[in-house]
Amino acid sequence: MNIHEYQGKDILRSYGVNVPNGHVAYTVDEAVEAAEKLGTSVTVVKAQIHAGGRGKAGGVKVAKSLEEVRTYADEILGKTLVTHQTGPEGKEVKRLLIEEGCDIKKEYYVGVVLDRATSRVVMMASEEGGTEIEEVAEATPEKIFKEVIDPVVGLSGYQARRLAFNINIPDELIGKAVKFMSSLYNAFVEKDCSIAEINPLVTTGDGEVLALDAKLNFDDNALFRQKDVQELRDLDEEDEKEIQASKYDLSYISLDGNIGCMVNGAGLAMSTMDIIKHYGGDPANFLDVGGGATAEKVTEAFKIILSDSNVKGIFVNIFGGIMKCDVIAEGVVEATKQVDLKIPLVVRLEGTNVDLGKEILNESGLNITSADSMADGAEKIVSMVN
Amino acid sequence: MSVYVNKDTKVIVQGITGGTARFHTKQMLEYGTKIVGGVTPKKGGSEVEGVPVFNTVQEAVEQTGATASVIYVPAPFAADAIFEAVDAGLDLAICITEHIPVMDMVKVKRYMEGKKTRLIGPNCPGVITADESKIGIMPGYIHKKGHIGVVSRSGTLTYEAVHQLSEAGYGQTTAVGIGGDPVNGTNFIDVLSAFNEDPETEAVIMIGEIGGTAEEEAAEWVKANMTKPVVGFIGGATAPPGKRMGHAGAIISGGKGTADEKIRVMNECGIQVAETPAVMGETMIKVLEENGLKEKCKTH
Repeated sequence: MNIHEYQGKDILRSYGVNVPNGHVAYTVDEAVEAAEKLGTSVTVVKAQIHAGGRGKAGGVKVAKSLEEVRTYADEILGKTLVTHQTGPEGKEVKRLLIEEGCDIKKEYYVGVVLDRATSRVVMMASEEGGTEIEEVAEATPEKIFKEVIDPVVGLSGYQARRLAFNINIPDELIGKAVKFMSSLYNAFVEKDCSIAEINPLVTTGDGEVLALDAKLNFDDNALFRQKDVQELRDLDEEDEKEIQASKYDLSYISLDGNIGCMVNGAGLAMSTMDIIKHYGGDPANFLDVGGGATAEKVTEAFKIILSDSNVKGIFVNIFGGIMKCDVIAEGVVEATKQVDLKIPLVVRLEGTNVDLGKEILNESGLNITSADSMADGAEKIVSMVN
Repeated sequence: MSVYVNKDTKVIVQGITGGTARFHTKQMLEYGTKIVGGVTPKKGGSEVEGVPVFNTVQEAVEQTGATASVIYVPAPFAADAIFEAVDAGLDLAICITEHIPVMDMVKVKRYMEGKKTRLIGPNCPGVITADESKIGIMPGYIHKKGHIGVVSRSGTLTYEAVHQLSEAGYGQTTAVGIGGDPVNGTNFIDVLSAFNEDPETEAVIMIGEIGGTAEEEAAEWVKANMTKPVVGFIGGATAPPGKRMGHAGAIISGGKGTADEKIRVMNECGIQVAETPAVMGETMIKVLEENGLKEKCKTH
């Protein structure tokens, strides 16, 4: 799960990570009020969307007076920002972060992630702040320093110091940088983050070490024990179909193509997209109905697939292991009737009671094309749609 | 022979009184798996499918002599269940549970260092040695006894591969699901190494997917150490970056973990990769033929 920058900074602040003062604003008046409250000579007006690259897209402005705050807030609120992470359709700005400006001396990068190779949390730091870390990794990998953290000990003092020295934090600020890093690590672990990225981390003219930006992502599997994080979810930032799918415990991801897919199992669902592409088609979605595909779940899955107006055909690919094919076939027939399906439907069933399942499909009198294999099904749906 | 489990493996079921566990306990017993006990706190003294239930894993192990456990405990309590299996000194703990918080798994991995227990999973279908022992949730009937080892990050793709092999007449030794999470107990290399040493296994199919670099590391290991042919498949060639494709571990992030890169490294290391999931079986048969193993591996 993603949250906004201002929410991330609130969490970090509560763990003792040094962040600039700031307030969220939903309207222009609130923005001006927030700037008044801050009372600083320079105020930053920052668009709050769940995507990076906001600055380049015109979503971050530095205001030197309350009038300027008003002008910029008015300009950014309601604006659709297109960044490299939003896709071409962009994201409408509905919230602003009004933050105190600061006298930046130098920008750095600090990030915390899970390192899959060691099964440990890793803190990364670089002197190349403000640039995407992937670009730094590509161009100058020697400028990224990493510390692998033992979960029993946590980030030890020497590790944080070593990082701070390696990225050339001035000696007089090493202590503050170490405190910053250990607080950041504590927040990461205790809030079940999947990413905590501070880009840039800055040193200031008045000798502070500050998180100028903050990107926190959370492990969805741990949200059950992070109720306060759950409350920060902003449905405006999510795909409507994906929200609907999550209500029915379906794993769904929107894509750009025109062939809707319904599959059981994540690996098979991914591979179904691949095989559609292989035969010259374009998948409209990833959809894993999970192990227990009931008629109700299949119906909901169909509704979600069909709510995408690009969809010109549906491919159902089920390997019924423990789940019996006849039960799935009944679910498909029921769902087809309920949603009054008008577009081509190809169903590939394999596994337990497969013959019975196919019989149910054939005798339903509905316009359902049965496929003998995954390849056969993919070929059929592609030719019917194109 | 086989790897990890055989007809003599005595198994306990952790979380046996839950709905899913009950169902699969029955399925496993019907397959012939030696399920000797179950564990659910406060349900000790009862029975599930004729299997005695104990309050603790320690008690279950002492009373039954089990050496393996299969875990169906819900995600919030699954890490604790693994700790309990490790402390009871089991050889093998197979965790079926999905949606375990990743920080819990980081702790589990750290806790298991230097301990004797092998963890398989979590978020996996389990392990099956055809006609001997089925520990997990896979459909038993598609598996036929033979000489192909199967290792996979995905459940349904494993079934697909096994089904294709069995239909074509090529049985399997053991099929191991290592799970779709970013932190897991047993990786590709562990299983490949076990298959390499198993006299019954003649060739191996490894099924990976996008995310992480486990396939690349395994491919390098194969190139350096494996004496048997390995065939591969990678799911998710068309997956967009930055999106988790169902499995917690199936995500392309920061340009890393793409299918193209995995396939490239696997090919470089001498692993033939099936072009589509529909030809995993065919690709294996072709490789068996190239290695003069086709006749030997044709089992039915």
